[in-house]
Amino acid sequence: MQKKLILDSDLLDITLSRLCEQLIENHGSFENSVILGLQPRGIFLAELIQKRLQELAKVNVPLGYLDATFYRDDFRRRDTPAKASETRVSFVIEGKHVILIDDVLYTGRTVRAALDAMIAFGRPEKVELLVLVDRTHTRDLPIAADYVGKFVNTIESQRVLVELVAQGHKQNRIWLINNKD
Amino acid sequence: MSTLSQRHLLGIKNITAKDIELIFETADNFKEVINRPIKKVPSLRDVTIANIFFENSTRTRLSFELAEKRLSADVVNFSASNSSVKKGETLLDTVNNILAMKVDMVVMRHASVGAPHFLSKHIKANIVNAGDGTHEHPTQALLDTYSIREKLGEVQGKKVAIIGDILHSRVALSNIFALQKLGAKVMVCGPPTLLPKFIGSLGVQVELDVKKALEWCDVANVLRIQLERQQIKYFPSLREYSLYYGITKKILESLKKQIVIMHPGPINRGVELSSDAADSQHSIILDQVENGVAIRMAVLYLLAGATA
Repeated sequence: MQKKLILDSDLLDITLSRLCEQLIENHGSFENSVILGLQPRGIFLAELIQKRLQELAKVNVPLGYLDATFYRDDFRRRDTPAKASETRVSFVIEGKHVILIDDVLYTGRTVRAALDAMIAFGRPEKVELLVLVDRTHTRDLPIAADYVGKFVNTIESQRVLVELVAQGHKQNRIWLINNKD
Repeated sequence: MSTLSQRHLLGIKNITAKDIELIFETADNFKEVINRPIKKVPSLRDVTIANIFFENSTRTRLSFELAEKRLSADVVNFSASNSSVKKGETLLDTVNNILAMKVDMVVMRHASVGAPHFLSKHIKANIVNAGDGTHEHPTQALLDTYSIREKLGEVQGKKVAIIGDILHSRVALSNIFALQKLGAKVMVCGPPTLLPKFIGSLGVQVELDVKKALEWCDVANVLRIQLERQQIKYFPSLREYSLYYGITKKILESLKKQIVIMHPGPINRGVELSSDAADSQHSIILDQVENGVAIRMAVLYLLAGATA
């Protein structure tokens, strides 16, 4: 198994700040904005973004966790049912400007399911997608991210691994892994 | 992996503690779903489920049907009272005819013990036992133990007394299996005529005095006196039963600690449980009903997903 470092701790820190600056540029005071982190791995990034926004813009953007398992389109097409995680959305989504956050954008199917899951809570005014890594040329659906940490060219047999301190890793790092070898 | 060890839910006896934990964790998520503004998820969109009830039921059937609909499954209902069963069709023929119409799952209640087990050997669809005679009622036991876990934090180490008509109760047997698998201590209590012989061999304590049982337990699961199953008289009168075994608020308040009261419904008010006890803060009877939908969603989701 070959591992290649895509982003180290320092670079990732800079990337996070840049993503937050871009959000600030578009959302201003974040008056009507909310953050939804996608379970299971997007929530750690969402928490980092929320914290960074607090530091940079002194805003406290409401944060929710969204699990899209029950909305996936591959139920009964895989050997075992996908395991669900907690959904915790303690605010109203109706009329809000939603920032969906996930770690890696690959086929776009999770995001499609997440959009369905989100609609169950109300009709947002606008929805944006923020991802740390965008795997280019791998999309199955016409879905694109509004804010991207890093574009990575990958092939199917490769995997992108995001390690965050909040998930119990020593450092914030992103790896590209070759599954074949 | 997150999958059950069985293709069918025939009884609690056949499944493992790990299976029960997985069902509980999945039910946690579905409980959140059914409290959303839009309570429906598309998980079982291409799945057809037949509810086959050879015995009357209101709550269980409604609960299953709601669970199926909230998962976006297609549902067909069938009850024996207005069907060809009356014309002498066998169980296997009836079910095979329904399956020939491309049904993926069967939820069945039958008066005969082992009817779903028999079917599981002959048909391909997943089977959920919704009660077979006086044998098992697995989803009821799951929702009962889930409600205990929700109320008290965990089931492990808790003392649960099952009180009333144990002899005719499938709820009792399934509950005993589920509680023991999850590490609870179980006591059964009732008049000697309504306790099965050798019930002690299941590893449960047997108590004839309801007051002592209540003093002992953390949770009292009060069962209904099933008059429809009693061809002979097991006790002199309902009045006498309620005098000796009926639970009232007065008795509950005389106990040294607060206990939880459960009942699988329908309640015979004033017989096994008085109105003031059933509606008191001790009671989690309506929580059980709400949890029933979440538990059944979890069971159907986990069984349907493993057939791929």
